[in-house]
Amino acid sequence: MQRIGVFVCWCGSNIAGTVDVVAVAEALKKEPGVVFSANYQYMCSQAGQDLIKQAVKEHNLTGIVVCSCSPRMHEATFRKTAAAAGLNPYMVEIANIREQCSWVHKEMPIGTEKAIILGKAAIAKVNLNVPLTPGESPVTKRALVIGGGIAGIQTALDIADAGFEVDIVEKKPTIGGKMAQLDKTFPTLDCAACILTPKMVDVAQNEKIRIFSYSEVTEVKGFVGNFDVKIKKKARYVKEELCTGCGACTEKCPMKKVPNDFNLNMDTKRAIYIPFAQAVPKVATIDPDYCNMLKNGKCGVCSKVCTAGAIDYTQKDEFIEEKYGAIVVATGFNPISMDKFDEFAYNQSKDVITSLEFERLTNAAGPTAGKLLRPSDGKHPEKIVFVQCVGSRCDACNEKGKEYCSKICCMYTAKHAMLTRDKYPDTDVTVFYIDVRTPGKNFDEFYRRAVEEYGVHYIKGMVGKVSPEGDKLMVQASDLLDNKQLKIEADLVVLAAAIEPDKSARPLATMLTASMDTNDFFTEAHPKLRPVESPTAGVFLSGACQGPKDIPETVAQAGAAASKVIGLLAKDKLTGNPCVAHSNELMCNGCSSCERVCPYGAITYEDKEFRMPDRTTQIRRIAVVNPAVCQGCGCCTVACPSGAMDLKGFASEQIMAEVDAICK
Amino acid sequence: MQKITRDVLVEKAVSLLENGSVSCVLGWKKGEFDYDITPAVFESKEELVSDFIFDDFCGANFSKYLVQKTRKVEGKILVFLKPCDTYSFNQLLTEHRFDREKVYAVGIPCEGMVDIGKIKAITGDGISSIVCGDTIKVNTIYDESFDINAKDVLLERCINCKSKKHVAYDELIGEEGEVIESNRFDEVARLEAMTPDERFAFWQNELSKCIRCNACRDVCPACTCEKCVFNNPKSGVENKAPANEFEEKMFHIIRAFHVAGRCTDCGECSRVCPQNIPLHLLNRKFIKDIDSFYGEYQAGAEVGSRAPLVNYTTEDIEPCDVFERGND
Repeated sequence: MQRIGVFVCWCGSNIAGTVDVVAVAEALKKEPGVVFSANYQYMCSQAGQDLIKQAVKEHNLTGIVVCSCSPRMHEATFRKTAAAAGLNPYMVEIANIREQCSWVHKEMPIGTEKAIILGKAAIAKVNLNVPLTPGESPVTKRALVIGGGIAGIQTALDIADAGFEVDIVEKKPTIGGKMAQLDKTFPTLDCAACILTPKMVDVAQNEKIRIFSYSEVTEVKGFVGNFDVKIKKKARYVKEELCTGCGACTEKCPMKKVPNDFNLNMDTKRAIYIPFAQAVPKVATIDPDYCNMLKNGKCGVCSKVCTAGAIDYTQKDEFIEEKYGAIVVATGFNPISMDKFDEFAYNQSKDVITSLEFERLTNAAGPTAGKLLRPSDGKHPEKIVFVQCVGSRCDACNEKGKEYCSKICCMYTAKHAMLTRDKYPDTDVTVFYIDVRTPGKNFDEFYRRAVEEYGVHYIKGMVGKVSPEGDKLMVQASDLLDNKQLKIEADLVVLAAAIEPDKSARPLATMLTASMDTNDFFTEAHPKLRPVESPTAGVFLSGACQGPKDIPETVAQAGAAASKVIGLLAKDKLTGNPCVAHSNELMCNGCSSCERVCPYGAITYEDKEFRMPDRTTQIRRIAVVNPAVCQGCGCCTVACPSGAMDLKGFASEQIMAEVDAICK
Repeated sequence: MQKITRDVLVEKAVSLLENGSVSCVLGWKKGEFDYDITPAVFESKEELVSDFIFDDFCGANFSKYLVQKTRKVEGKILVFLKPCDTYSFNQLLTEHRFDREKVYAVGIPCEGMVDIGKIKAITGDGISSIVCGDTIKVNTIYDESFDINAKDVLLERCINCKSKKHVAYDELIGEEGEVIESNRFDEVARLEAMTPDERFAFWQNELSKCIRCNACRDVCPACTCEKCVFNNPKSGVENKAPANEFEEKMFHIIRAFHVAGRCTDCGECSRVCPQNIPLHLLNRKFIKDIDSFYGEYQAGAEVGSRAPLVNYTTEDIEPCDVFERGND
């Protein structure tokens, strides 16, 4: 029989406000196994912990139940307290009477009753707890960064700076990401390329960093400290180690009508291309969908003009397998498709563009060499209408857009409006907005400058319809402050399209067993206190894959993710989780159900000789769990048809005891 | 009614036994009455010649016997498998329940087996002799005789036969058959169409007949745990007769969940049930649901297939959609 101590925390008034803590402590005193029961204002405080330690000594406690906040908050704290008092830390159970009682119930009798029930369940479980000892596993001192935008670049540089090896996997032929496509950056209006490309060069020159460009992660196995990752290096039909990036091939290739995705298909490139002048790695890539040589074996011009002999039409996808200790997700974002927004005539008129397309139109390296010209006729637009919140902050029932605020649109629209007025003072600029949200450092000043110094017309209201009329665009909108309908004739309409996580994020999350929210943004381990860690140990989040972010915020988070990775890689060994699965070999029939559901590949089989009651021996196939690989998810315990698989610390028997205690 | 005779099978068994290819034979043996044919192990020519039988009462599926037998016997075991038996055979191999190397499987054609319950419903008790054939001739101790058309008294699983194709064998007697489009889910659909109250009443009526003899579990080829929870003293439900209406239902529902995704719909549970409970309907409901949620899946159709319930793909149905359909 255990000797259990119950410790009921008030959490100031957080718990005590809605739960009668004295009554809970009294009621739980009568439960089987309980020899001591107390309540205290802040159990997690030094004095509270001392109370526990003292009770363990005075009452020879063998198990502890703390009725307090979520175990995610303070389970580790109280396990340490138990260890300091000489108890096995896994003899501690938490009854969550804050998040599950006081915070969700308003009336004290109900909250108190539920707190007592949860306490009883925890006591029933502790009665069956056994001491557990965690194992250790080594750490591979190399990090993987998935995504080579500014988030991935900054994270990789910071990790490499601490002396650890980093690999960047980027699906495009060059690193740089969205920031490489931008013109100027708010609120200081530095040229994006001027501040990004030196970092890209730093990455290329850093001995600790390897870049796998034009590559994708296809398989992830293992666990924190010991990930096994398979990377597909797509065939670019150019030998990276030989290509000098001279660009001769990209000038001579006769296939000129390839949509240039770097310029958002507003101009064309050749079938062999280097995305932009400062690409890293500066290596050409052949687009197999357009290359005549690859499609029908006729051409070969690039191969003839390449003095380095780098062209290789027979190149195949290559798979690289590598071990990593930590993985950083930096898969970034994309503007949403405008296909469903017929009211803005995006698909009907070339002169309705997205803000990212506007960036390319104003970028010196863009399709118009930086001159702001209408895509339809190349004329200078005299009247531009910007529409904000296109697809952002939509109703939940609106299937076209997103419920969340895309966060960056207010600022970049102010930037676009200001830059337009600065370069082309003859242009009339109107911005339609729902709210203007500018809470960053120097952001509001920036927006006010656009309005006050640059004379941008800001109108509160939403655009209802854009219709092409001749070579003009008729914009129908409402002005909510003046309470009137407006009709404006515009030459160019720019839509601030909502941003969404990159499509590669969801399959990647599945591979990493990292959780996502309903919008496919990666979920952080704690929204306030652990913002750059995924709930999956060893997986970290950098940049817009976690939520909409501007560049300063992305860089800050990238650095934070790097510091977490460095903290992990600096360890030689990781203490494992002792709550792992194990198979009862007397019951296991070797059917392989557990192995099929195990997401970590932790289960193998062996043929074992058993001595039978009739003194014969039998050889049977049985499951064996590798405790270093097992993450204690418990899938196997559910899949096992024989009930042979069980989870230490969460045994079926313990769970049933908890359920029984609740139902009693 | 069967197209092949016992003599063909005996000849095959004797030759394999005598040339040392196999050390014993799993086959059917005459029981106390003409109709209670029993599974048996034959180790000599003499036993085979005198006791081996193959007629319309040879429903027993031997796949499960291989689990224990292969562990105990030196050398290979000859097993005769009807088409439906081969699905259980494959499913057990998928679950690594016996060593394929220790088995010599001979596929035999089947024209459908008859249900003694249905015959007794016509003749009443007191059957003294039965002669199988397209017309079954039955005599009773009351000097009555009956001529029954075999097609009218087939086992449920044979009426709704899902396959005449052997999915596993080392040697095939007769010709390769085909998978059949059966109407086996019609009865499930009929139950689904009931109101919850009607359905509850239906199952309450059926399951309350259960005497917990465990025959369904003992015969089921998917029930091969080393220690059954219903035999495990630690489980708290060991060898327990149902104490109330709730427990009556729980045993069979737990068992249906237990074999879900692994049940090949061999129909042995219903065949052996002394109370004639249509247990196969519970399993078929699961099979039907699995088919509709994850695409058609036949357990045992091939060795090593990943059953949808122990597999994960990104196309898997979301739990909320399953819940929605349950509310329909």
